[in-house]
Amino acid sequence: MSVLVFLEHHGSELQKGSLGVLAKAAALDGGDVAAVLVGGGVSALAAEAGNHGAAKVYVAEDDSLEPPLPQARVDVLAKVVGEGGYDTVLFANSVLAADIAAGLSARLDAGLNWDLVDVELRDGALVGKRPALQDSILVDVGWKAEPRLALFRAGSFEAPQGGAGGSPQVENVAVELEGHSRGAKVVSQEQEESSGPSIEDADVIVAGGRGLGAPENFTLAEELARALGGAVGATRAVVDAGWYPYAAQIGQTGKVVSPKLYVALGISGAIQHKVGMQSSNVIVAINKDPNAPIFEFSDLGVVGDVHEIVPKLTELVKQRKGA
Amino acid sequence: MKIAVCVKHVPEGSSRIDPGSKRLDRSGEGALNHFDANALEEALRLKGDSDTEVVVVSLGPAKAADSLRKALAMGADRALLVSDDGAAGSDLVATSRVLASALERESADLVLFGQQASDSDGAVLWAAVAERLRRPVVSQAAELSLQDGTLSVKRQTEFGYDVIEAALPAVVAVSDAINEPRYPSLKGIMGAKKKPFDTVSLAELGIDPGEAGEAGSRTEVLAVSEPPSRGDARKIEDDGNAAQAIVDFLAEKRLV
Repeated sequence: MSVLVFLEHHGSELQKGSLGVLAKAAALDGGDVAAVLVGGGVSALAAEAGNHGAAKVYVAEDDSLEPPLPQARVDVLAKVVGEGGYDTVLFANSVLAADIAAGLSARLDAGLNWDLVDVELRDGALVGKRPALQDSILVDVGWKAEPRLALFRAGSFEAPQGGAGGSPQVENVAVELEGHSRGAKVVSQEQEESSGPSIEDADVIVAGGRGLGAPENFTLAEELARALGGAVGATRAVVDAGWYPYAAQIGQTGKVVSPKLYVALGISGAIQHKVGMQSSNVIVAINKDPNAPIFEFSDLGVVGDVHEIVPKLTELVKQRKGA
Repeated sequence: MKIAVCVKHVPEGSSRIDPGSKRLDRSGEGALNHFDANALEEALRLKGDSDTEVVVVSLGPAKAADSLRKALAMGADRALLVSDDGAAGSDLVATSRVLASALERESADLVLFGQQASDSDGAVLWAAVAERLRRPVVSQAAELSLQDGTLSVKRQTEFGYDVIEAALPAVVAVSDAINEPRYPSLKGIMGAKKKPFDTVSLAELGIDPGEAGEAGSRTEVLAVSEPPSRGDARKIEDDGNAAQAIVDFLAEKRLV
């Protein structure tokens, strides 16, 4: 097997999801995994990719490639896959990575299995694991030809702390972009300011739903998130009601997250929300309705009033952390 | 101007996988994928009172005609259904090939998609189709405007918003936050029956049987099983000490 992993970066940071996929690839393949970095100033990130298991890093560095658009990245990957003879290309899901993976699939007529949560070698053949039908079933998927492309659900793999002293072989890639890959231009970017980590990268997420009662009560979620060092999420219902920004929406039509800890405040656990968070490691739910569906997939369910419990909980967490 | 909107006919109600073919059972009732209604609504909004033609395009079984009729009732001008037993079981490679071929025939200035298919949760088709059409693509469009043949798209990402411009022809996938789709009016439903509706086969698109369906696919379903269940769940009622109980639980799990 010769595996190539697309590494997504934002600013000067490699995305945790891609690093998790890289670590998985290195474990799967016994080590000889290559990675691709595309953008302005990305050669500075090559060593970190090495620390996370990349033996070789292809660097397509050019300021004109920095805007997060998929098609130029398809051009880079098509060239690297072709010249390097890679039989497998792996991606961690994101708005950008999904479009790159699908574009590359069409460019190379290469099979893409998406929404995978795991992958394994079975008698030498690569098998992907994909939950389907609102995660009620698990599907084993395969590839009939090479190259094989795979797109993994956010949070499928832990990104370990990078070891030190990774000094991967670095190869610069120069690519003549296709005409249609130059057709779209990013004219402005508006980053949403957040005090904590983004919800896709957060180890802890405190999410609020209708049960919070009013938009101003989101401060309960924010204060608990701050105490736990986490980010704030929201259900579709409260985003639709204008209580919280869409960027925080978790669920089928928002982000899919799988933090170490998910605290659900006043969330009933409708299927639309469940799909976005059920692969979290530990789920704690507080809801006053003892029959709320969220209790069916919570590790600890608390039947009670969020307005009474959460302030006390925040205080206790602060005390514990301060101790 | 011409806008093509790609729509999917998806099973309604609780879906199941057919154990024999390992494909989604599509024998029951179906409906227009509701995410595609956002794409159609956006096309109709862009059309406004102009003479822009909105054509809805679908690849699916004969029953997919129901979803195309609904799209016509909402206000699309014309429908094109690619239906062929040889296309069943197509994966992304095969589906994008067939759909791109149908779209090439239409040569629309703008091709729109919804943000995902509600049956397969697929959210990748547009980028593959755009690649085959060799056109720029923008996904997760939360706002879309068009001026002098240039598109301006506000794309929602994990980090915020990007404003992206592209000259037509182009492919855009809209997010479901972009609009609230209209319901078909009675007049629309009656009028839909008289609107042009074409059905084409793979042969009519010039696609060899080996390029579509399972034969043209590069991925396969190997097995279907039950997902692992979560471990033991605990449920307590707040007796005034729930906050402490949660902290103890988190401490036990080494999360605080």
